Amino acid sequence: MEIKTDDYRICYDPETITVFCQGSLRLSGMAEYAPIAELLDDIASQEQSPVVLDLQGLEFLNSSGISMLSKFVIKVRHKKTVTMIVRGSKTIPWQGKSLKNLQRLMPSLTLEWDE
Amino acid sequence: MTQIFGDYCEGEPNSPEFLIIGFSPSSVPLKQRWRNNGLSADFMADYLTTFFLGNEENPASMRRQAEIKSAVGFVANELLENAMKFTDERSAFPISIQLQLHPNYLMFFTTNSVEPERIASFQTYLEELTSCDPEDMYVRQLEKNALEENGTSSRLGYLTMMSDYMARLGWKFETVQKDPEVIAVTTMVQLPV
Repeated sequence: MEIKTDDYRICYDPETITVFCQGSLRLSGMAEYAPIAELLDDIASQEQSPVVLDLQGLEFLNSSGISMLSKFVIKVRHKKTVTMIVRGSKTIPWQGKSLKNLQRLMPSLTLEWDE
Repeated sequence: MTQIFGDYCEGEPNSPEFLIIGFSPSSVPLKQRWRNNGLSADFMADYLTTFFLGNEENPASMRRQAEIKSAVGFVANELLENAMKFTDERSAFPISIQLQLHPNYLMFFTTNSVEPERIASFQTYLEELTSCDPEDMYVRQLEKNALEENGTSSRLGYLTMMSDYMARLGWKFETVQKDPEVIAVTTMVQLPV
């Protein structure tokens, strides 16, 4: 499964239960994010574990995008048996500042950093 | 009428180092020019890096440059997105974004008109925002957004600046035209660097 434009690419690998977000996500609000949110909802509802959210290629995320990813984390949190791993990149400064918030939503979430 | 919320201050109107970009609402409707926000924010961020030169032999200076560039890109993009979303399209009042350089901080100012019927709820939100603990309110807002299926606004932009970027924010509302009345809001963001 893949959603791709000139600015970003979201793709899901069911074998590893990993969703990759790459590029720049700055859509204008929840309505525009709906196709991506639906893909994430589907992944959360499958209740496979662990779910991996790979953001190592996500250079930019606006606040509506932060809201969308946090909704995904909360949906996964509601599936009590599912664990979650978020992969971030130390070379992308916004991630160092903001990814910790996902962990505050779901304390059992593991944050993994590349170097 | 002038009303102030938060830590609003004018900065240095005559600062020798500044950049202003203006948008006229007359041509293509502003809401259809969404891509401009990202382009303008990236431009401001790129432009600014010339004042914070990184040295490839000094990794710390390169990291600092990347941090500043990323922060400016985020703040400018959020401010422009808000200005475009909330501007009163019935008025011809232009939108502007200004960036000022100061020794230890940067200042952003965006100005846009506001629909009169939206002012009360906006100001109630600002009162809550300026009296809260940003980190607590941030998590509460994330939880709240998750319960709303079709929320139109994430209400996370200002909170992210406050909680993740240690920015100080302020707002000034003023009447800029009478009959018909046009009220403009200037949003100030002071970002430590």
